[in-house]
Amino acid sequence: MRNALAAFMLLLTPAIAAGAGGEAHLDKVDINVSDTASLQRGAKIFVNFCLSCHSASYMRYQRLADDLDIDEEIVKQDMMFAGDKIGDLMIATMPTADAKEWFGVAPPDLSLVARSRGPDYLYTYLRSFYLDDTTPSGWNNLVFPNVAMPHALYEWQGNQKPVFIVDEHGNKKFERFELVKTAQLTPEEYDTAMRDLTNFLVYLAEPAKLVRYEIGFWVMIFLLVMIALTYALKKEYWRDVH
Amino acid sequence: MSDIGQNNGRRRFLTTVTTGVGLTGVAVALVPFVSSMMPSARARAAGAPVEVDISKIEPGQMLTVEWRGKPVWIVNRTETMLDNLKTIESKLSDPESDESDQPAYAHNEFRSIRPEFLVLVGVCTHLGCSPTKKFEIGAASDMGDDWVGGFFCPCHGSIFDLAGRVFRNVPAPTNLQVPPYSFISDNRIMIGVDPEEVS
Amino acid sequence: MSSFMEWVDARFPATKVWQEHMAQYYAPKNFNFWYYFGALSLIVLVVQIATGIFLTMHYKPDSQLAFASVEYIMRDVPWGWFIRYMHSTGASMFFVVVYLHMFRALLYGSFKAPRELVWIIGMIIFVALMAEAFMGYLLPWGNMSYWGAQVIISLFGAIPVIGDGLSEWIRGDFVVSDATLNRFFAFHVILMPLLLALLVYLHIVALHKVGSNNPDGIEIKKNKDADGKPLDGIPFHPYYSVKDIFGLMVFLLIYFGIVFFVPEFGGWFLEKDNFTPADILRTPPHIVPLWYFTPFYSILRAVTWEWLPGGAKLWGVMAMGASIVLLFLLPWLDRARVKSIRYRGWIFKTAVGVFVVAFIFLGYLGTKNPTHVDLFLMENVYWAQSFMILYFLFFLLMPWYTSIDPTKPEPERVNFK
Repeated sequence: MRNALAAFMLLLTPAIAAGAGGEAHLDKVDINVSDTASLQRGAKIFVNFCLSCHSASYMRYQRLADDLDIDEEIVKQDMMFAGDKIGDLMIATMPTADAKEWFGVAPPDLSLVARSRGPDYLYTYLRSFYLDDTTPSGWNNLVFPNVAMPHALYEWQGNQKPVFIVDEHGNKKFERFELVKTAQLTPEEYDTAMRDLTNFLVYLAEPAKLVRYEIGFWVMIFLLVMIALTYALKKEYWRDVH
Repeated sequence: MSDIGQNNGRRRFLTTVTTGVGLTGVAVALVPFVSSMMPSARARAAGAPVEVDISKIEPGQMLTVEWRGKPVWIVNRTETMLDNLKTIESKLSDPESDESDQPAYAHNEFRSIRPEFLVLVGVCTHLGCSPTKKFEIGAASDMGDDWVGGFFCPCHGSIFDLAGRVFRNVPAPTNLQVPPYSFISDNRIMIGVDPEEVS
Repeated sequence: MSSFMEWVDARFPATKVWQEHMAQYYAPKNFNFWYYFGALSLIVLVVQIATGIFLTMHYKPDSQLAFASVEYIMRDVPWGWFIRYMHSTGASMFFVVVYLHMFRALLYGSFKAPRELVWIIGMIIFVALMAEAFMGYLLPWGNMSYWGAQVIISLFGAIPVIGDGLSEWIRGDFVVSDATLNRFFAFHVILMPLLLALLVYLHIVALHKVGSNNPDGIEIKKNKDADGKPLDGIPFHPYYSVKDIFGLMVFLLIYFGIVFFVPEFGGWFLEKDNFTPADILRTPPHIVPLWYFTPFYSILRAVTWEWLPGGAKLWGVMAMGASIVLLFLLPWLDRARVKSIRYRGWIFKTAVGVFVVAFIFLGYLGTKNPTHVDLFLMENVYWAQSFMILYFLFFLLMPWYTSIDPTKPEPERVNFK
């Protein structure tokens, strides 16, 4: 029956590969949640630029301090809004109703955005804003057309315009971005910063990620030992069976 | 099916080792389930230390605040109240608070850091009811003519003095608990934090 | 110890039950790989109940609170993420082991006489399990939970006359809402687990009455020794208990590998769209059920022939129902004289191969947009229709092809190396 099993497994492979699925072109981002320094930098960007409008309403400041190895006092002084307590959830200062009026939509909660969108999407999205006179905010985004949010990191990235090429079928196809106006960061520095921010968002979406791999490793070791033991035990008992 | 027992030593050894390692695994696997019933991050955030301004409590008055979902009483005791504490010691079951629950810095005559300010968890040590205050003296209190002020638990009739010490012959076994607390300034105390933890 | 057991046995048949079902239950000695999945199904059920109890301590069946309470479990509850991943992975693994368990029955004819009731009870367990999984999937109140439930409950609307009223009755509202969530919670945590436990008990009672089948498909009770013990049988305990414990450890390695390293399993066990809260105004662009329902979902969608009387929707629902009902009828559709695939002819072997391919591709197509081309040549819906026809032919032609199948003679005794 071993052949039947092998055939069965083989049949499943295309299905598993298909589970990943794919849409428009997204830049790959290298995620490493054990890079604490990167998470700290990402957290700082998140708190300074995102948290004024977007909440992370399932996340507590206390956890940020504990997990990212940031001193509680620093979190209190640099990251929290006046009146917040260390155990509080990370709630945006901007009232949702106001935000809805200003942007047309309420800024979504970002606690789980890395799990619903995926890190590659976020990384590409954060680097794909461009100026566009036709939208209310004056900004547009290549991976999220007509996005309501203006480019919050404009002062870092500067502004860029997309360059399209026309293929043989006459379809407009995005080729690359061209920097029109430079700003505080070089493109490389900006990409690194966005990688840190994406890394932080991945952590934010699942803080358990920091521990589950290591615990899992020991569980696997334990189970391998148990497999060896129970296999020997089974063999020993089955010597009776002829 | 023959030859049963042909290698009994090995069989017994393997069974013992597998059972031992397996049961250890089961015991470790229980840890997450047992600890999931401990207070969550939310409960701990809600149970964070509480800062209280005590300057508004007039002598002889009491303020109740909530800490970890429990009432905490802060009483500003008058000189008379403090003096009376000594007079009733013979009626108490644990006057020195040796059997009772309080931080070391409140294990003293007045069960407090500063004599006048009494801080107590307002939960009866019998079965968890919250006693009511009976600060009037004598017959006016309904507590008998020689009553000098204290607390009365309506559930099962336990009575406590103005240091939270329990009287003899009532159901409550020990004095009312003093929570950890500390003075962060003359007029402000922090409930839930021991003095040495405040920098 | 023995005097204690005497005391107990005088009042409760503890030793007798142990003997009958473990130490003196004779199982064929030639069980192979496929025979692990029954015991594993039972263990996964226990794991689901245990983790479910702990999740229930923190979960809130309220449309305003449900989504947040799941994240509360994932973040604020100590080890909550672990318990939740065990439960979500366990749901998928339950179907993995149950499908393999059912496939084993198909390979070795375990549904055939005298085991028809074992099979029927098992099929009822399968249907109950699908209901349990479907209702449990609504509870996180993610957007996919919501719309998945909306779509599936709407299916009942296809039933003539009573359909719309029935859908409303199931939801307790005009759309999936708080009322639906609350009743699904009640069914998921009380009714279905009780029912499943009872059915599993009946499944084992029926099995132990007739005895286990085996890869050779012959009855070991035909050859007994002087003591009346089957010559090809061995006591379940200790031989199969130690073997199953070994199988369990291998299973746990895979299971915890997923729990700790890939709990979403690439979107197959936990879907991206379910990490956004249910939104009545925003349907996910691509609604798909979880993988274990997709073969049946595919059949539902494959019926697109509007000329059918009553409309395609009604026939789609009926086809999906039929695809499950036919499984119940398997003991009577199969006319072969032998049970095991080992002694069947090429016709049955081919039919099983075609069936497996059809089932897997139906499952694959169920995750895809019907109008896209994901295989080759034609749109997914036409592939689904082709595989659906093969699926049904496997059952409908079975009485014919199993009776003309050139079978080989069964051996007198089981093969055991």
